[in-house]
Amino acid sequence: MTAAASAGSPVDGVLATATIVLSLVLALWSLVAAVRHRPPDLVQSVGLGLLEVALLALTTLALVAVVGGERAGEPGAFFGYLVTLVCLPLLAWVLARMEPTRWGSAIVCAVCLVLPVVVVRLQQTWEVVGG
Amino acid sequence: MVDTRASARATNAGPGRLLIAVYILFAIAATSRAALQIATKFDEAPVAYLLSAVAALIYIVAAVGLARAGHAGRRVALACCSVELVGVVGVGVLSLVDAELFPDETVWSGFGSGYGYIPLVLPVLGLLWLWSTRTRTAADS
Repeated sequence: MTAAASAGSPVDGVLATATIVLSLVLALWSLVAAVRHRPPDLVQSVGLGLLEVALLALTTLALVAVVGGERAGEPGAFFGYLVTLVCLPLLAWVLARMEPTRWGSAIVCAVCLVLPVVVVRLQQTWEVVGG
Repeated sequence: MVDTRASARATNAGPGRLLIAVYILFAIAATSRAALQIATKFDEAPVAYLLSAVAALIYIVAAVGLARAGHAGRRVALACCSVELVGVVGVGVLSLVDAELFPDETVWSGFGSGYGYIPLVLPVLGLLWLWSTRTRTAADS
């Protein structure tokens, strides 16, 4: 049962990996923009939008799995991380819009560095600890 | 109302906004962690979980203080950053000296090592930022 659950983790597939990679690429892009004194550009907005779409898709996968009878190892933490994740690109976008300077790009960079960590924590809370 | 902008630069623009963003991230992280710990397993390590809750509250108030930017906001942010620095260093030392005091991790355990030592760096950056915005002559980049 646990083996099946961990093998079928809805948040451990290609989509989760793509989210992490996209977030890191966006962090690098924003860092370059910040270093070059550039305010957040269209690439950052589109990137945050894509991240949001990917995270919503990930959320859908997780919800489908839960409705289908699967259980996260730590449900409370799992859904806490999931809700936080979905809010992160939005938070970055809003704050970046408020700060049309290099520091706006720095904010996008910071959030995009935190996001992969949260994805990894999300994956850990799905799997039962000590399995 | 005295015009505070004449003597101090706003704390909620430029690098300050980045600082606020990081404070918001930590406020979210610490709040949800503390809420979950207190709700599900408070009896295991009440001191550690209450400390998490206090840390969470301080992050929230610090973010609000920086964002408000006025004279009162600066005072609040100054107090929060100071308490944070004392807290993270104090808990870091205590968790090294007597690990049994904090049987479960908090944001500040091991000088914030579980969070990439950012809890240790954040109050220092906050204090530096408050210091550098105290006069209007500070150079903007």
